[in-house]
Amino acid sequence: MYPEKFLSIGVLCFLLGSVVSLLPLQRIRTYSFILSATGALNFIVFGLFLSFGLPLTLPPFPISSVFELLFSGDGISGFFVIIISLVAFSVSLFSIGYTREMKHRGLMGFFFNGFILSMYAVVTSGNIITFLISWETMSLVSYFLVTLDRSEESAKAGLVYAVMTHIGTAFIIAAFLVLYRYTGHMDFAGIKASSMQLPPGIRSAVFLLFLAGFGTKAGIIPLHTWLPRAHPAAPSNISSLMSGVMIKTGIYGMVRMHMDLLGQGPEWWGIVLIVIGAISSILGVLYALMEHDIKRLLAYHSVENIGIILLGMGASMMFMSHGLYSLAAIALTAGLYHTLNHAVFKGLLFLGAGSVMHGTHTKNMEDMGGLIKPMPYTGFFFLVGSVSICALPPFNGFVSEWLTFQSLLLGFESPSVISKIISPLGGAALALTGALAASCFVKAFGISFLGMPRSHHAENVKESSPSMLVGMAFLALLCLLFGLFPGMVIGVISPAVFSLTGVPGMSPGTTVVSISETASSLSPAGILIAIGVMAVATVAFLFSVGGRGKTRYGDSWDCGMPSLTPRMQYTATAFTKPIRMIFKRIYLPKRELNVSYLLKPFFVKSITYSGEITPFFERYLYEPATRVIHGIAGKVRLLQSGSLHLYLGYILVTLIVLLIFGS
Amino acid sequence: MEYLQFLIILFFSPLIQGMIKTTKARMQGRVGPGVFQPYYDLIRLMKKEMVISHVTSWIFKATPYIVFTSTLAAAMITPVLTTKASFGIMGDVIALIYILATGRFFMALAGLDAGTSFGGEGSSREMAVAILVEPMMMLSIFTAAISVGSTNIARIAEAQGMVYSPSHLLALSAFVVAIIAETGRIPVDNPDTHLELTMIHEGMLLEYSGRYLALMEWAHYMKQMLLFTLGVDIFFPVGIPGDTAFAGLGVSFALYFLKMCCMAVLMAAIESTRAKLRFFQLPSLLGGAFVLAFLSLLTYIMMGR
Repeated sequence: MYPEKFLSIGVLCFLLGSVVSLLPLQRIRTYSFILSATGALNFIVFGLFLSFGLPLTLPPFPISSVFELLFSGDGISGFFVIIISLVAFSVSLFSIGYTREMKHRGLMGFFFNGFILSMYAVVTSGNIITFLISWETMSLVSYFLVTLDRSEESAKAGLVYAVMTHIGTAFIIAAFLVLYRYTGHMDFAGIKASSMQLPPGIRSAVFLLFLAGFGTKAGIIPLHTWLPRAHPAAPSNISSLMSGVMIKTGIYGMVRMHMDLLGQGPEWWGIVLIVIGAISSILGVLYALMEHDIKRLLAYHSVENIGIILLGMGASMMFMSHGLYSLAAIALTAGLYHTLNHAVFKGLLFLGAGSVMHGTHTKNMEDMGGLIKPMPYTGFFFLVGSVSICALPPFNGFVSEWLTFQSLLLGFESPSVISKIISPLGGAALALTGALAASCFVKAFGISFLGMPRSHHAENVKESSPSMLVGMAFLALLCLLFGLFPGMVIGVISPAVFSLTGVPGMSPGTTVVSISETASSLSPAGILIAIGVMAVATVAFLFSVGGRGKTRYGDSWDCGMPSLTPRMQYTATAFTKPIRMIFKRIYLPKRELNVSYLLKPFFVKSITYSGEITPFFERYLYEPATRVIHGIAGKVRLLQSGSLHLYLGYILVTLIVLLIFGS
Repeated sequence: MEYLQFLIILFFSPLIQGMIKTTKARMQGRVGPGVFQPYYDLIRLMKKEMVISHVTSWIFKATPYIVFTSTLAAAMITPVLTTKASFGIMGDVIALIYILATGRFFMALAGLDAGTSFGGEGSSREMAVAILVEPMMMLSIFTAAISVGSTNIARIAEAQGMVYSPSHLLALSAFVVAIIAETGRIPVDNPDTHLELTMIHEGMLLEYSGRYLALMEWAHYMKQMLLFTLGVDIFFPVGIPGDTAFAGLGVSFALYFLKMCCMAVLMAAIESTRAKLRFFQLPSLLGGAFVLAFLSLLTYIMMGR
């Protein structure tokens, strides 16, 4: 069969890619990334096969008398395989140029290929043990990638990441143990068949355990703290993979475990997801606004977008609980569509940030400025990513947010009052998120790419190498295509939606999405054509009224005081000041102003200003928890005094206890 | 016929602006310019030479076209004289808000492009106001959309039975605040000022001149009339026909013109009788409007009308 062929060639490419980069030959290390790009292309085809109705289960591979490795793929796996492949393909291309001057290029290529392969393994695992092995491999390999440059910053970030991700894994393992205890099955198919017979309390407990476990990976608030640390510490091609794709395996876990294995649940499951989604999206973008480190900013936006995905998924689970399957299908389509979109535009934005940092050697936006002139292509692609993430038409983010709005509004169709109130409020939260995100990306793009260079970092910058640009161009093109042809995307999603809700999603036109339940429709392509036609008409009209017109170039308006300097520009801090003031109950900002005078209060000698916002969750949740754990650890340490006699004593006591109770 | 109704917004929006200005002048005891003054201004600007800062990039030059054409695209999906909405398939009321947001996004970028403080200040404030307005506007529209069961503007306008219910009155009051904020009028912004401390919208346009300025101003007039039209469609759709019969269109045009005049007078009255709020007092005004919109939704859910 064909799918197996593509699968085996793909796997072979990644394995070869890992091996090639470890060989002690500097020159052939580029092939490592070319191989991974080839592998990703094969997996795109494989994913399409899976999602268009060719589920595939490989023969199980026993690894001990009890456990066996089992890989199987269906429509859901296929969709996530496609997501991973699209981003992996362009990140591989980008990496060819990006890693050229990297110190640990060999190790990078090795882990890079392994990382992508482990993510494929996660979304195609067919039983508990395979899933856990793949999951853990993915986490560990990504940990090595975060700490690859061996700096102190990345070591710290890596520690936080390792701890958080293992807390998450612990929850997942606990959930699996409960499932195994009550169903007696290791393989997902068996669990799915018998999960409906579980007592409701157990089902809900498993739901919450999975939510905490996969929520940690996906980065929902308050489990998000590792994201803004680990993503900026990693090299940019890795952040792109982690933020674009790896956190989506958390979403995959929720879709697979909550919606597929556990199936229809009570109404409050959906409500919990909507509430968490709303909180994550608003707080995520609010924290993003306060960041001037371009990669931390993007990392917080991942928290926001995971929230938006959860809004759609939560609405879907809510509809399922009321038996409104066709509405559930719309909402799930919205969630999955946004999952794909976020992978594409967030991957693009991280690559753009990588390209900028490659050129300027700084992460701080306050040191950039005017980059659109030396880096026109990077600037253009970053703009495409920004417009997409802000959900502006006609790009892809707009379609999925529109679908999410529609599904939340449809929440009014559900019979319970609480859903009727929660879902429009979720819609208002989404509107607030959209407006905040727009503000954030006006800042991110405007401060770093427009205006005058703010420091020496932004002067004498060169455009990045062609392979990096091609990697970004591919994702930018996808941002546009997924916006203009929503019917194609929904066609790929709909087998997965069908297998979960029993309804094949919407009957799509290629360029129009319509929802018969609300008699509403949307066509980004139509909007784009309208804008294009109008633009031609406008130019013609202006020409007919004013002729060719004269244009003169001069300085910016300087109030008659010559020599406007870059330091007089609006900074990122100043730009977000109104928002810091409006939301001060959330930010709890602190500011310190020291003014020294020559002659008070008229002649100021110097002013130092420093301001920061309180990292709420770190300070009031994680720091106390860390202190408690440290305290307990200190108490436990008393047992290990280092005295040999005491240890012999322990052994004696243990022996006696065993003799008494063991007999 | 119905394909061309957006041209009404295109060509009459400067007139509405002129009417507001004249009414305001009369209320303040001045004679004021004639109602056609905005047309003269636009034509004059289009013929003038442009001065562009050499700091700016292509964003600065593309923005006037993006803002102007996206506002036109938004006008295309709005029923003006008839609900036989030809371009309704292109998008609904949510799409309309996002199309307008696209224009604002690029306008704010253009504000930052010249590297001056005024532009940055205008962009920063404009985006902050948008953050407060957008959710409130959405929520007030949601009430209408939910009661009709559709977000398609034509469908909302056709369901004319719900006009005087409590939930609609609450939503309407929130929507009026949203219109004031979106069109940059007192008490949120002062459209007549060029004082750096108070300007929001004008700050972003400060570097523009000539035909680019004309496009930006015209787009602003269109957005204003578009929001009036949207408000009328949602909250006072009385007399809007579902077909394009000639007699019906005549009545519809007369009624529409009357409604626009009322909106213009209302705006002028609000502008003449209120003082501009301090920027950081805006959250209480706009947050209050958000509460109204939320109450309207609750009322609809609890009372069913």
